[in-house]
Amino acid sequence: MKILVCISSVPDTTAKINFTADGKSLDKNGVQFVINPHDEYCLTRAVQLQETQGATVTVITVGDASVEPVIRKALAIGANDAIRVNAASGDGFFVATQIAKAAKDGAYDIILAGRESIDFNGAEVPGFIAGMLDYPFINGCINLKVEGNSVEAIRESDSGKQTITANFPVVIGGENGLVEDSELKIPNMRGIMSARTKPLNVVEPEQTVSKLNVVGYQKPAERGSVKMIDKDNVAELVRLLHEEAKVI
Amino acid sequence: MAILVYAESHEGQYKKAAFEAISYAKSIAELSGDSVTAVAINATDSSDSLYRYGASKVLKISSEALKSFSPSAYAKAISELKEGDTIVLPATADASSFAPILALKTGFSLVTNLTAAPSSASPFTAERKSFSGKGIETIQVTEGGKVLTVLQNAFGTKENPVSGTEETANVSVSDSDLKEKITKTEPVSTGAVDLKDAEIVVSGGRGMKGPENWGMIEELANLLGAATACSKPVADMGWRPHSEHVGQTGKAISPKLYIAVGISGAIQHLAGVNSSKTIVVINSDAEAPFFKSADYGIVGDAFEVLPKLNEEVKKFKGA
Repeated sequence: MKILVCISSVPDTTAKINFTADGKSLDKNGVQFVINPHDEYCLTRAVQLQETQGATVTVITVGDASVEPVIRKALAIGANDAIRVNAASGDGFFVATQIAKAAKDGAYDIILAGRESIDFNGAEVPGFIAGMLDYPFINGCINLKVEGNSVEAIRESDSGKQTITANFPVVIGGENGLVEDSELKIPNMRGIMSARTKPLNVVEPEQTVSKLNVVGYQKPAERGSVKMIDKDNVAELVRLLHEEAKVI
Repeated sequence: MAILVYAESHEGQYKKAAFEAISYAKSIAELSGDSVTAVAINATDSSDSLYRYGASKVLKISSEALKSFSPSAYAKAISELKEGDTIVLPATADASSFAPILALKTGFSLVTNLTAAPSSASPFTAERKSFSGKGIETIQVTEGGKVLTVLQNAFGTKENPVSGTEETANVSVSDSDLKEKITKTEPVSTGAVDLKDAEIVVSGGRGMKGPENWGMIEELANLLGAATACSKPVADMGWRPHSEHVGQTGKAISPKLYIAVGISGAIQHLAGVNSSKTIVVINSDAEAPFFKSADYGIVGDAFEVLPKLNEEVKKFKGA
């Protein structure tokens, strides 16, 4: 069983987000980068399948050399090897094109990717990969079991949960719940040492044509100052919600 | 030309997200002079509600194969309609799953999670969510067709009544298009309000001290017709299901009113709720960071404040 886990390097969940003076990109000053949390759930599940069912786990990311610390962390967590597609990350279609090619060339059985990245919130890459390769696609996956050449997954939809089966090769869009937070792996010294020597293959990207143009970024408007209400005057809150905020 | 909108339904009934997507499409149509056509899959609901938001034509697909959700089969069905060069979808779990596949099948560009009406229809220019609500991206589609998804509870619904007509649309989807097989469906508890669609959300954190105390949260939610939610630690400890977790790694929501009880307001939690219109924070710790991001705050013990609030809301609703 060969698993390809797609990881994205994103600002730490506690990072304060600022944009460059021209508003065109993220101001990376003082920002720590981590594995996208949804991707980390996927990676952890993949490493569990490696430990219990003998899967081999490759991580892939699209990015320049600055993302390598995040790849090394994924290797320290337990991935067998890694692929870095050497390109400043582009739009979702571009990223998916690179991963779909690697997935096909490497004949992977399961492609696991986080449902969305917490930076660009595109939620595009897993679906694009599935569409490009014409593979089955289970998105919003919160439980994944493998039996023989098929998967049994639980998907969270807006109306409840669905248990879904699909044959290899399959694309899974994973999210929180795929593993519990307590199961997330903190790399130990041995993992960190071995990660240094695990194979990291750098490949050049396929070119794509994008018809999307990012005009710019801005921060959302600040909320006005908070109005405090005495705990013994709860009726006042109800009045304000009705008369001032007009939300009830 | 027509702008095509996917009018998502659940058990035959149109979802609020469908009306939002039609309202959004209408906002493009007003700039471009196009009309709005809705497509419904296995809906039994009356088309009148779709006309009310501005759809002048409703294409009805009924298909046995599509009774089971499959991203590629849904994308295939909608791509066969070949209506215009703009397709608008709600950013629901299902539509978000097939949007990329639909973009590939049509050769259109994909823009997801739009939050505001476009400032221009040609080239299409609009704002979308980014950095988990900590940023707003303005994006432009420079040429060609586009598949757009509209974030729930962001643009909202806007009535725009038109007289409309209904047509049956035939698509060539069959069981062989279903690459995934649904073997079991477990609905969320009946009567519960869909969290992403909810206008009001009542949410509890660690300050609630244990799952046995959720009755007060549920009572307030019932009184307000609200959905219930929780913070990440509460889901991680198993007090509440993961499906209720709102925050950066859980669901992102933007209701009209978000009431947070016993939640300190970590930056990861705020990322999931900061686009709520009005935020009320109830916390016993006056230093809780959440107060800085709230519109209304009460410093007080949840077990003291919530019963009083429930009484006051009861009075208000009775009035």
